[in-house]
Amino acid sequence: MRAIEQAAGPTAPAGAEAALPAGPVADLRMRLWRGDSKGGDFVEYRIEAAEGEVVLDVVHRIQATQAPDLAVRWNCKAGKCGSCSAEINGRPRLMCMTRMSTLPAGEPVTISPMRAFPVIRDLVADVSYNYEVAKLIPSFTPQEKPPEGYRMQQVDVERGQEFRKCIECFLCQNVCHVIRDHEENKERYAGPRFFVRLAELEMHPLDTLDRRAYIRERMGVGYCNITKCCTEVCPEEIHITDNAIIPLKERVVDSRYDPIAWLGRRILSRPAPMTAAQVAERTRAGRGARTRSGSGSLG
Amino acid sequence: MAGKHEVETHGYDVVVIGAGGAGMRAAVEAIEKGCKTALVCKSLLGKAHTVMAEGGVAAALGNVWPQDNWKVHFRDTMRGGKMLNNWRMAELHAREAPDRVLELEEWGALFDRTEDGRILQRDFGGHRYARLAHVGDRTGLELIRTTQQRAVALGVDVFMECKVVRLLKGDDGAVNGAVGFYRESGDFVAFSAKAVVLATGGVGKTWKFTSNSWESTGDGHALALWAGADMIDMECVQFHPTGMIWPLSARGLLVTEGVRGDGGVLKNSAGERFMFDYISPYFAAETADSVEEADRWYDDKVNYRRPPELLPRDEVARAINSEVKAGRGSQHGGVYLDIASRRSPEYIRRRLPSMYHQFKQLADVDITAVPMEIGPTCHYIMGGVRVDADTAETTVPGLFAAGEVAGGMHGANRLGGNSLSDLLVFGRRAGLAAAERALGQPGAPAVAEDQVEAVAGHCLAFFGRDGGENPYDLHHELQETMQDLVGIIRTASELEDARQRLGELGDRVEKVGVTGERAFNPSWHMAIDLESMLACANCTTLGAIERRESRGGHTRDDYPQADPELERVNMVTRLTDGRYSVTPEPRPAMPAELASLLEEAEAEEHGAGDPASTSEVKVKEGQG
Repeated sequence: MRAIEQAAGPTAPAGAEAALPAGPVADLRMRLWRGDSKGGDFVEYRIEAAEGEVVLDVVHRIQATQAPDLAVRWNCKAGKCGSCSAEINGRPRLMCMTRMSTLPAGEPVTISPMRAFPVIRDLVADVSYNYEVAKLIPSFTPQEKPPEGYRMQQVDVERGQEFRKCIECFLCQNVCHVIRDHEENKERYAGPRFFVRLAELEMHPLDTLDRRAYIRERMGVGYCNITKCCTEVCPEEIHITDNAIIPLKERVVDSRYDPIAWLGRRILSRPAPMTAAQVAERTRAGRGARTRSGSGSLG
Repeated sequence: MAGKHEVETHGYDVVVIGAGGAGMRAAVEAIEKGCKTALVCKSLLGKAHTVMAEGGVAAALGNVWPQDNWKVHFRDTMRGGKMLNNWRMAELHAREAPDRVLELEEWGALFDRTEDGRILQRDFGGHRYARLAHVGDRTGLELIRTTQQRAVALGVDVFMECKVVRLLKGDDGAVNGAVGFYRESGDFVAFSAKAVVLATGGVGKTWKFTSNSWESTGDGHALALWAGADMIDMECVQFHPTGMIWPLSARGLLVTEGVRGDGGVLKNSAGERFMFDYISPYFAAETADSVEEADRWYDDKVNYRRPPELLPRDEVARAINSEVKAGRGSQHGGVYLDIASRRSPEYIRRRLPSMYHQFKQLADVDITAVPMEIGPTCHYIMGGVRVDADTAETTVPGLFAAGEVAGGMHGANRLGGNSLSDLLVFGRRAGLAAAERALGQPGAPAVAEDQVEAVAGHCLAFFGRDGGENPYDLHHELQETMQDLVGIIRTASELEDARQRLGELGDRVEKVGVTGERAFNPSWHMAIDLESMLACANCTTLGAIERRESRGGHTRDDYPQADPELERVNMVTRLTDGRYSVTPEPRPAMPAELASLLEEAEAEEHGAGDPASTSEVKVKEGQG
């Protein structure tokens, strides 16, 4: 590790310090990963602490005073856009919603980019894999609109609303060991964020498309073995495993192996679930949109 | 491209710059009309500032109050904007917003529901009836995700994390492309386009305390200005009354107006509901003047008048400012927003989940138990690029603008909820008009190589300056200047001071030096964003100097009254040969039928009357 020899700024006057709640006030040691796709290392920065700050504030102050070219991705700084995902002391979190006071006092804070994705520079990861998967999702296909307009009950929209809280921070994708530890699985696995999206579509009161075969064959829901890592890191507290993935797995299995469902379809002459190829044909997703990174080579 | 710099080039029918609600809606429309369409955005797709919109989207669906219709919405919008609105935009907006909201449902949006299964609508400031379709307090996220998923399903070409630096123009004076760079690599990219739509949002990052995200640096305003377009009423900036003020780190973060719509009230350090002391004569007839009446209004909007906490935002922000100045502020220099004592914890958590989460995580405050500390924060610019109401075309052919970057729709003050509906209504109209222009033009326009080269050279010059100014320091100084001198309350001497300081900052921005590489270098991005911010700050300051009155979001301490003469003009700012100018120009007069509609609505309002209409209205000096 390289170390930047830089004195911390003047400390706060004793009186002001006394008024602050307990916690580290003197100075912070921030170990930020710096580098690019060719390699890199942690660099330690020392900086004065200030009250009430979140990790992103400290990173910004380092940028403004010591490392102007430090790359960090952020937008709203309010936990609403999901841009500033990173690994803080090894834990995947949003930098804008992690208060410094919640981290162990007096110890260095390490920040590195999300590990499951290729690094662009410093704390910025290449998340384009996720945008490629998004294009593969068979889109919302509503039933015909009645003349008086659609009617839905609150209780029926609430299931989908939980899933639509997703801010696409991709922390769930980052911790999912199916892709975190196996780069090659990205070609056949959509990941938790997109199981949430698929569950939302499957449970949407107005949607008519049957995606079950596609979810099994192309989205790879079977690879998930329910370790719940995704649920643990979700900043929106979406019950990803229990409310999205497990119901999806059940539906997919039901559609394939359930003899009663099969018989029901025969008797009521409902159409059989569409095959993955049929669904893919129906969705225009994946057409044309541009990819600029080498990571997500989904076929 | 064969110039000195390597530049990737693309040809499109329509290029949309900005991927918030307006940009995505424009792109959807252009694609559906058969245009090859590019969506260029400074961040990742789906991260634009629209995600931060909380309370809802205003549309007179009449689901909760059948008395509501577009005429009432039109009237509320015009009065909220202190009549400075482009009447045609306000009319189109009020008429078309319901269709635009219902269309989102066809694309998968899941709004909260009424008992009978229709879209639920909530109360907001300045709206006569409960009018905001919403999803808890994260309506912006719903809007952006719905339009994003629609655009992706239609196969839009997205250029993410790509900053547009200048527009390109043909010999005929029309805009025919744009040039910028990928933030990720620092490589240049140029687009030829038969039409360009600006949908870049606002300018909030020019102020120190703002609810705006990183991206709100006025890029579209500046691109239009540099391309020769007119700007109008740039002095009209909205300071949202309720931003977080503590901890300092969170200062400026938005606290949704939905808190007040759902029953929250404002109190000073003495525990008084001070808004009753700030009911201006303009709104006296429609505002409750007793606590009892105000509290009954939530359940009976026909017989009672609106609580003063739900006056338009400019009124509430000034009132808070006055209370703090009078020494009745909270511990950290704001006032209290209290919903804890008025609604159950379950209700608060269900209706305002993001607010609950935000205060709990960032301030360790439980809003179901104690009041929030809040104060005004820079939120929105009503002024912007001058556009034709029906087509969203700017004064430069081939260039269109929609959403916050366009001026006129909201007059001198925007009502809450009218922004998301604005994005949808005029995003669609801009996409449609851009598509029509593009489809009427055979062949692709050539990219002007000399213009592209000049822009590339300009951008790279920042790297050659050893020991140049620190761009972060300059941004900080710009924010301090605007916050201190061009804030909520303005006065001639301070505005002149600001003008001079902006001139000096302009000179210094030209000396900014950047170190490191071109790949994802935030100091380089900041240096280039500073140019946009400075252009906007100059327009705002000049407009503010020239508008010698107080109207909506523009308040002059030295001209505290509205001037009827100035209601008839837009302040038009232009940039010609490197010099900014400002000219008052007459606004189109409202046709008689719409004017009579306003009068009718007003007569009805007064006629519908209220039991307490004869009681005395207390008005304090509200603009200290």
